[in-house]
Amino acid sequence: MWQKIYAWLDERLSLNGIYKAVLDRPEPKGNWWNTLGSASLFLFLLQGVTGILLTMYYTPSPDHAYDSIQYIMNGMTFGWLIRGIHHWGSSLMVLVVFIHMVRVFVTASYKYPRELTWIIGVGLLICTLGMGFTGYLLPFNQKSYWATTVGASIAGTVPWLGNFILKVLRGGADISALTLSRFFSAHIWIFPAAMAGLIGVHLYLIIKHGESEFPTKED
Amino acid sequence: MAGSHHGSAVSYHHISRRDFVKLTTAALGTIMGAVIGLPAIDYLIDPALKAPKTDAWIPLGKLEKFEVGKPALVTFTRSKVNGWEKTVNSYGVFVLKKSDTDVLVLSNICTHLSCRVNWKEDRQEYVCPCHDAQFGINGEVLGGPPPRPLDRFSGEQVKVEDGTLFIHLLEG
Repeated sequence: MWQKIYAWLDERLSLNGIYKAVLDRPEPKGNWWNTLGSASLFLFLLQGVTGILLTMYYTPSPDHAYDSIQYIMNGMTFGWLIRGIHHWGSSLMVLVVFIHMVRVFVTASYKYPRELTWIIGVGLLICTLGMGFTGYLLPFNQKSYWATTVGASIAGTVPWLGNFILKVLRGGADISALTLSRFFSAHIWIFPAAMAGLIGVHLYLIIKHGESEFPTKED
Repeated sequence: MAGSHHGSAVSYHHISRRDFVKLTTAALGTIMGAVIGLPAIDYLIDPALKAPKTDAWIPLGKLEKFEVGKPALVTFTRSKVNGWEKTVNSYGVFVLKKSDTDVLVLSNICTHLSCRVNWKEDRQEYVCPCHDAQFGINGEVLGGPPPRPLDRFSGEQVKVEDGTLFIHLLEG
């Protein structure tokens, strides 16, 4: 019965082909440092799932953001767990993505034919940091308010364009309801959508080129 | 094909490295999925389990002020704490005084899909603006889609104290 269903699906979706290409592809000798990309992907998905759950109760308005998070933390069943995973997962993701980059650099895996994989990875690193920056404002407590003040001011030090960039980031001259709603939009739509696309290409390139062998002394 | 097991000398108690990794991955994946998945379900349905309850006697006004034989709409509000916010809900009931001792109190919530009905004096019926349900002056269904008459406050849900009419509002 299940075999029949599987055969029907496989004939149309080529599940076996996908399995072979994605999970059964030839690899150089295994190494734990090579698992950091998968770890980053896992953390991205974990942040996605817990983030979607948080939007069910979080309210991106200066009047309600703080209260809604207090309610998630204290009034909801397992709200503390979902938010806790999202909170700690974000720090962990920045860390894992960064170590992943260091590993690729040290083993020189960014060289031909994998330059594009590296460049897209840089984009993913920037998006990950952007996620961290925009997410930090959302609780709208003192710490997030001042962190965003400082972060946006740093962007404001860009020569010539600084003041304009500052206003675009904040949605005006000050941190306001507009800042909170645009950070929220960037956090749940713009960055995740960009990352999903970049991850897709990143994975395609990894599957296409395979993983690089660690360099030896002769290299 | 049929004789392929010929070459596999793996004993029953020996588990290959590949199978071990597969099994461990599946087991850990299941545990991790359950650790997040089960609380997530509870998290999603939580407001339904914590819906605030209402249990209060609501004064509708002096009985003597109601006109005999003509339904009058009485509105009131109740505030509830929903999650992290206080919400004010509006209610409406129709009071029909039939005599000085006989009062009928009907909910204005249509029994079809919960729109609010209006009393049409010229037609002597309650009409729902959403799907044209029609109810008689005592709440009975005259036409349209409603499955049952308008809900009424009766018996122990209605009382008169010092000439003031009260209804007992029970929710949740």
